[in-house]
Amino acid sequence: MIKSVLVINTQGKPRLTKFYDILTVEKQQELLRSVFGVLCSRADNVSNFVEAESIFGPDSRLVYKHYATLYFVIVFDSSENELAMLDLIQVFVETLDKCFRNVSELDIVFNYSKLHNILDGIIFGGQVMETSSAEIIRAVEEISKLEAASNSISLVPKTVSGWRSR
Amino acid sequence: MYTVVGDIFRKCDSSSNIGNAVLYECICCVSSIHLNPKLLEAAADVIARFLKSDSHNLKYMGIDALGRLIKLSPEIAEQHQLAVIDCLEDPDDTLKRKTFELLYKMTKSSNVEVIVDRMIDYMISINDNHYKTEIASRCVELAEQFAPSNHWFIQTMNKVFEHAGDLVNIKVAHNLMRLIAEGFGEDDDTADSQLRSSAVESYLHIIGEPKLPSVFLQVICWVLGEYGTADGKFSASYITGKLCDVAESYSSDETVKGYAVTALMKIYAFEIAAGRKLDILPECQSLIEELSASHSTDLQQRAYELQAVIGLDVRAIGSIMPSDASCEDIEVDKSLSFLNGYVEKSLEKGAQPYIPENERFGMVNISNFRNQDQLEVTSHGLRFEAYELPKPSVQSRTPPISVASSTELVPVPEPSYYRETPQTAPVPSSSDTGPSGLKLRLDGVQKKWGRPTYSSSSASTSNSSSLKVVNGVTQVDGVSSGNSKTHETSYDSRRPQVEISEEKQKLAASLFGGSSKTERRSSTGHKVAKASSHASEKFQTSKSTTIYSADNAVEKPNLVQPPPDLLDLGEPIVASSAPSVDPFRQLEGLLDSAQDPGTFGGTKAPDFMALYAETPAGGSAGVALPLSLNRDGDNLIPGLSNASSNTVHGGTTVTNPSQISKGPNVKEALEKDALVRQMGVTPSGQNPNLFKDLFG
Repeated sequence: MIKSVLVINTQGKPRLTKFYDILTVEKQQELLRSVFGVLCSRADNVSNFVEAESIFGPDSRLVYKHYATLYFVIVFDSSENELAMLDLIQVFVETLDKCFRNVSELDIVFNYSKLHNILDGIIFGGQVMETSSAEIIRAVEEISKLEAASNSISLVPKTVSGWRSR
Repeated sequence: MYTVVGDIFRKCDSSSNIGNAVLYECICCVSSIHLNPKLLEAAADVIARFLKSDSHNLKYMGIDALGRLIKLSPEIAEQHQLAVIDCLEDPDDTLKRKTFELLYKMTKSSNVEVIVDRMIDYMISINDNHYKTEIASRCVELAEQFAPSNHWFIQTMNKVFEHAGDLVNIKVAHNLMRLIAEGFGEDDDTADSQLRSSAVESYLHIIGEPKLPSVFLQVICWVLGEYGTADGKFSASYITGKLCDVAESYSSDETVKGYAVTALMKIYAFEIAAGRKLDILPECQSLIEELSASHSTDLQQRAYELQAVIGLDVRAIGSIMPSDASCEDIEVDKSLSFLNGYVEKSLEKGAQPYIPENERFGMVNISNFRNQDQLEVTSHGLRFEAYELPKPSVQSRTPPISVASSTELVPVPEPSYYRETPQTAPVPSSSDTGPSGLKLRLDGVQKKWGRPTYSSSSASTSNSSSLKVVNGVTQVDGVSSGNSKTHETSYDSRRPQVEISEEKQKLAASLFGGSSKTERRSSTGHKVAKASSHASEKFQTSKSTTIYSADNAVEKPNLVQPPPDLLDLGEPIVASSAPSVDPFRQLEGLLDSAQDPGTFGGTKAPDFMALYAETPAGGSAGVALPLSLNRDGDNLIPGLSNASSNTVHGGTTVTNPSQISKGPNVKEALEKDALVRQMGVTPSGQNPNLFKDLFG
């Protein structure tokens, strides 16, 4: 199962944090700090896998990918495959790219709800839901359409039967 | 299954990350299923591909996979020797760790020295304590299992202790001490003494270094104390001087000081026993005096013992501190039988005999806690047993004889109580007849609050709770058995190099041996296998118990009578009569048959009246009906004219318009009544407007 998904920038500010375990806020902060500590000390050409046992407890590994100013991190246990998780990060970033067109850190900062929607489409409750970015994009587009539609005014019929027929 | 896996191996696209992930999982699968040589070959090819790649990630996966296959076929490792060496020296930390894990798995007695040396070097460079502990304990494990020579073993342990002494389990230190003390079981005294002297020498050398871990110091002090002067190479004053230095420089650590002063004591004892003149250095003297006034009672005791021992003569010392007796058990004569002669002599002289321990004032016999059958608690001491439960009636039991041997005990009334309680305790408390009257007096109570049913229902609930518990256990076990899958991660990475350096070749040869007999570390393998088999066993047994208890729980409800309705407020007739007459069934029958609109309203009314007359028990139900009709009344009149009176009831549409005009809609009434019944209408209470609708 996936324990958490984090997006941290190169200065240590978390841009997206999703924990699939129940943790207190202080513990979460602590974990973020230690993860950042590990990541910023990694050279560029080393492997993308890190043993995270001292941070996250027994049987946990960490996969990270460095894109420009962001680190995308997934923490998981031994039931998941490292390369698959790496691929998942790739899918996530590709989807973001398609959604936002040349996504940058600012996009992530200002559209966190969309970001969460996309992430929930890919990973939910610690399990991988969908790995095709086309599907996820379709779903996210639909959500935004509905959101846009709900903002406009629509007439509601007064009679009860009108309600019923809807 | 083999064909499927084989297909996957062939079809997988190795250029993408996810393709490699699938291949890796295939290899994991191959390593866990029954051995198949073709698949093994395919797996080995994939591993080779991984290790040859440039990507660190793939190398990581390759080494991990190699570690899994190693236990199946160790010769695979040898093909990839050079790649593994490269990984070892890679600056990438993760890769290095994985490689060390692989090496840990493939350690044999032939390559243990090299591996452990490297591990220790790596361990020295680690800053992360958590990981350092792990590696240190691994080194220790390997050293203990595969040590080629004792001398090497001690050197290695010294190194480990020096750098990670405080992180290692204290038992390891004791093991080491024991090893030095017992020798190696060969009864070869010269080898043992050589070992000890080498240990002593190395320790004297190390002791000068600053900042040694406490555990290590303890070991050193102990060894120096026991064997420092054994071979005569070092003078007692030299060793004692060193020990004093240790005690002073680590003055905050009391354990170390304790060890040091005991070592001093041993050295002095041996000196005296050997007949040599004891020459206590001034700093040692001051140390002993300081410790005699120490805050720690342990240190004080040791200091005083030292002073006492020094004062004894040769023979006494020889018997209490023999020179090579660290392995001998100390025999303790608990009854102090050697004093019996003295006691008898004093008794003859007229001294008072001992009061047996049981009767001493303020003394509570420890054995009382354990067996309550024989207890005689003094009346004045503290009471440690619970007070006895209230006795209902006069018991015919005679006050029992005390079990204590002495007969001069004055019978105190209290102990007899105690006699009762332990003996009532074994009486089964589940008997319903209430033997000791500890239960409520229930004679004359007409109807208990469902006690027999509660007991059965509690049995079923306990069954269900045990079911739940077992389910929880199965869940936990399922998870644990899943996790106990040995994810042996081992690293193997391979890089094709045109020139392979000499050094590397040598290292490779030493690591991978090439010996035909592969000594597995069967212990860890077995341990792991046992753990997983345990987990699976537990899983299975708990599964069977769930099935069993599920069956039980299923059967149980059938046996249990339906519990009496607790809301019955003392009207036993209600329960029996309620099912027999259901006014609503009657009403339903009426609805179906009522096709003539003319008599609809008319015939209804008298029937309702009849219903009310018939069933006083069904009064609650019956009264609710007219209430609903009353409510209906408001809606129905306007609704009668309006065909959309169905809005209130949602589903039912009365299609017959003439029926609507006739009277209250029975179906609607029924549904309303159901709602009313749910809402708990009070059966009592006057409803004056009952029959307005019926006649209206």
